[in-house]
Amino acid sequence: MAKNKKVIPLKEHIIEFVSDSGEGAQKAANSFAKTCGMMGNGLWTIEVIPAEIQPPPHTTSSTSGNRIRLAEGKVTNAGDLAQTVVAFNEMAFLSRVQAGAVADDVLLIIDNIWATHDDPAYRESYKKITGDVKSRGGTVIEVPFEEETAKIVEDSKRGKNMFVLGYMGYLYQRDLNILRQIVEEMFAKKSKTVIQNNIALLEGGYTYAEEHLDFRYEIPSVPSKVPMVVMNGNTAIALGAIAAGFELCSMYPITPATSASHALSDIMEGLGGMVHQAEDEIAAIGVAIGSNYAGKPALTITSGPGMALKTEFQGLAVMTETPLVIVDVQRGGPSTGLPTKIEQGDLLSSLFGAPGDAPKVVIAPSTIKDCFSVMIMARKIAEEFRMLVIVLTDANLATGQQIFKRPEFSEVSLPPPIDLSPVPEGTNPFDWDPKTGLSRRLIPGQPGGMCVTTTLNHNAQGKVTHDAASNQRGHEMRSRKLAALQHTLKAPEVYGPKTGDLLIVGWGSTRGTIDEAVDRARAEGYEVSAVNLLFLSPLQPGLKKIFSGFKKVMTIELNYSDNWGDPLITEENRRYSQLAFLLRSHTLMDVDCWSRVPGRPFMPMEIHEVIVREIKKIKGAKEETAKLVSKAGGLK
Amino acid sequence: MTVLSMEEFLEKECGDHNYELEDYEAEVPRWCKGCGDHGVLTSVQKLLRDRKINPEDVICVSGIGCSSRFPHYLKTYGFHGIHGRALTLSEGVALARPDLHLLTVMGDGDCFSIGGNHWIHALRYNFNATVIVLDNEIYGLTKKQASPTTRQGVVTNTTPKGAYLKSLNPLTLMLGVTNISFLAQTATWLPGHLDNTLNKAWDHKGLSFVRILQRCPAYLSSSFEATGPDFPAVFLEGEGGIAVDKGMLQKASVIQHDHHNLLEAQKVALTETPSPMGLIYYDPNVPTYGDIRRRRIKTLDRPGLIAGLNAELDKYTVKQQHG
Ligand SMILES: Cc1ncc(C[n+]2csc(CCOP(=O)(O)OP(=O)(O)O)c2C)c(N)n1
Ligand code: SF4
Repeated sequence: MAKNKKVIPLKEHIIEFVSDSGEGAQKAANSFAKTCGMMGNGLWTIEVIPAEIQPPPHTTSSTSGNRIRLAEGKVTNAGDLAQTVVAFNEMAFLSRVQAGAVADDVLLIIDNIWATHDDPAYRESYKKITGDVKSRGGTVIEVPFEEETAKIVEDSKRGKNMFVLGYMGYLYQRDLNILRQIVEEMFAKKSKTVIQNNIALLEGGYTYAEEHLDFRYEIPSVPSKVPMVVMNGNTAIALGAIAAGFELCSMYPITPATSASHALSDIMEGLGGMVHQAEDEIAAIGVAIGSNYAGKPALTITSGPGMALKTEFQGLAVMTETPLVIVDVQRGGPSTGLPTKIEQGDLLSSLFGAPGDAPKVVIAPSTIKDCFSVMIMARKIAEEFRMLVIVLTDANLATGQQIFKRPEFSEVSLPPPIDLSPVPEGTNPFDWDPKTGLSRRLIPGQPGGMCVTTTLNHNAQGKVTHDAASNQRGHEMRSRKLAALQHTLKAPEVYGPKTGDLLIVGWGSTRGTIDEAVDRARAEGYEVSAVNLLFLSPLQPGLKKIFSGFKKVMTIELNYSDNWGDPLITEENRRYSQLAFLLRSHTLMDVDCWSRVPGRPFMPMEIHEVIVREIKKIKGAKEETAKLVSKAGGLK
Repeated sequence: MTVLSMEEFLEKECGDHNYELEDYEAEVPRWCKGCGDHGVLTSVQKLLRDRKINPEDVICVSGIGCSSRFPHYLKTYGFHGIHGRALTLSEGVALARPDLHLLTVMGDGDCFSIGGNHWIHALRYNFNATVIVLDNEIYGLTKKQASPTTRQGVVTNTTPKGAYLKSLNPLTLMLGVTNISFLAQTATWLPGHLDNTLNKAWDHKGLSFVRILQRCPAYLSSSFEATGPDFPAVFLEGEGGIAVDKGMLQKASVIQHDHHNLLEAQKVALTETPSPMGLIYYDPNVPTYGDIRRRRIKTLDRPGLIAGLNAELDKYTVKQQHG
């Protein structure tokens, strides 16, 4: 069968690898993705993670795996519906169908061991689910993955994933040499036999596909001329933190933030710093603040519930003007919510979570590349402005992998060495510049600078004061820093023309998806543009001007809002999504929103649908008015 | 050429200054008249003066409460933090700056109640600090509410019919925590003993925990009423321990105590009346958290750090295969 194979050329494809938790679909998918990166393809991967460590096997709640969007050119998001799914069992596949993630005409490649399994229940569900695929217009290729694996190694349960990798490598014309190299690297720490077995499995899968498939896909790739890296957002945060000069990461484990600290734990000691796992999130932030106060840059990394615990200390950082960077890898809320899933629900609590007026900087990187560079910026702002900087990422950025240009950095990104030179006795610890609120920080150990840093209201000398004037002054100075920072910012760039029917405003990881939906709608003639806001506090300048160029402005966000048309919902009680809430008060413009909490990234097609519907509404309204006007005999 | 005396030379070359008490005095303390906190402040200032410690080399961290006003009255670096969390800030300071002296001051509510979790873990970390709790058995700053160490039956604003529970014994609790390395108890009305205790604590490398029974005449004149020689105390005497205050011995007794023996320390700690005074437990060999961690941290100059990070990035760099 090796000859006369049909080659199907593709611009891009969305492929999912799914298995029961623990069967290794993720390992296979990650190796596949890495191979694609090395071959020069555009890439976005996202994890499919079960909520429990050992969910019951062969059920929809046990699915673990990856989605890979693979393309000829650049990829900015996880895309729409999966076109190929390779599934270790039919329930894993079913869970993806139930999640609305699979195209009707999907190519399902599935282990057929279940077709003849001893358990009649398995046989039946296998028959039903594969039958459904065909009746919806899909194709099913049944492969005896487990059986074939058993021919190569004893424990067929454990090696199946590498056989699958080989099979998929053949189907998508991946370079077998690169695949081999990646498998070798993955098992580098294991024994020679383990490596040999896994290579044998990889090659076995490849050959099996070669012998049994009568077609292959072809997605051309253009290797980049500049060095590229593939990593997920949490790794980018971790490496960015080192490039920024942080010497301490003080944390308490919480999904989906923990893997950033894992990445740091692996490397930080070797790079002159350390990760400290504190007894709780309160201690984690307290330790980070203590370190910053004493002159050593420290950060803390957490997620929603941890943010909640940190609020009192956030207030302390603001009041004492101690620099601090907090990374909040957002997950589904409220409370424990959806721990492993994506949501953008912490914007308003980040801004307003601490009691009293606690001005702080909030920034949200929108790509994995940004996760790296934002850390350097965050540390600089925190120190230069003596402010708390919150970096909001989310589970999509945290676990998604993207290929991007290798970041460049130099000593410039590191903080200057701490300056312990003496200051004249009586130097004010809060020597505020009345115009900017900025002041020089005194570092313990600096002769002459002895002073108290207090969380009580204080004056420029750092002394506790209770009078109205000094309280007003302290508030002004802390707030003015935010204005000073705002003056240094540029207006955000508009993606698309500066005027049109509809402007979509987003923040964080939805950027790629929104931009892609905008591209599609524009190609169909709709006048839509988009803006992504990197700074949420202070907001970048020029928003009102940008918004005025469009008939309608709406945010699209992964958080909750009431929908028009929901029972009881009126203009008087509708709760807007978080950025919309903020922009409405900031611009006094009628910013609408469309937001959902699906626990997964948006698909471009969903946003495209919203765009089309909204623009039709705008046009329709115009026609309606025109009709009414002509009925009434024209405008008088 | 001027010839320097040995003293002058040492002072010039080693920065060994002579300081006066005033050099460590900041604003006038605002504690109530008769409050036990005054004496502790003086004792700390004397210690710093006697040891010729540069004021800029000391950080005093506190929580919130009457006792936590301490840093405002001490002319060193000070961090007056938030209620219950002084130990977390202290730990950050200890990790960042092993070159500085760290003094942490808390109240009983601050440490034993809201700060309970940090209290346990700080002992286990055994970071390098002198930690004192001014235990007045009551919430002072918020005006007389029950604290974990308020004695059963004592009337407070939240227990108008008397405190419901037996008071917490912080000493036995601490002696159950792995890695405890220094535990001593003294009282504000035993000035000489207080001085000796703080000095012993200051010398210890690790977390030296000193519980200081403190008079609060404003809200709990009943507790420690029988202060001075009348307070039911038993002094611990042991080699290398804290010298017994002879002036206080009319009523108090002295027992021999091996402060290196954990089981004996636990036994001593169990007896609350009379209160054990002195060094209860001492193990100078417990490594500090900072030392354990720092031992493994590579020292790098800036180019070294950049090179190291680039090597990490190499691991994620895809070696793209050209055609
Ligand atoms: C989070 C928080 N909860 C409560 C308070 C109010 N508060 C301030 S001090 C204090 C207790 C003070 O008692 P203690 O710690 O024993 O110290 P003392 O005043 O007796 O020295 C309380 C409850 C606070 N400041 N912060
Ligand atoms: S209330 Fe009690 S503890 Fe507070 S200052 Fe007065 S006497 Fe001291």
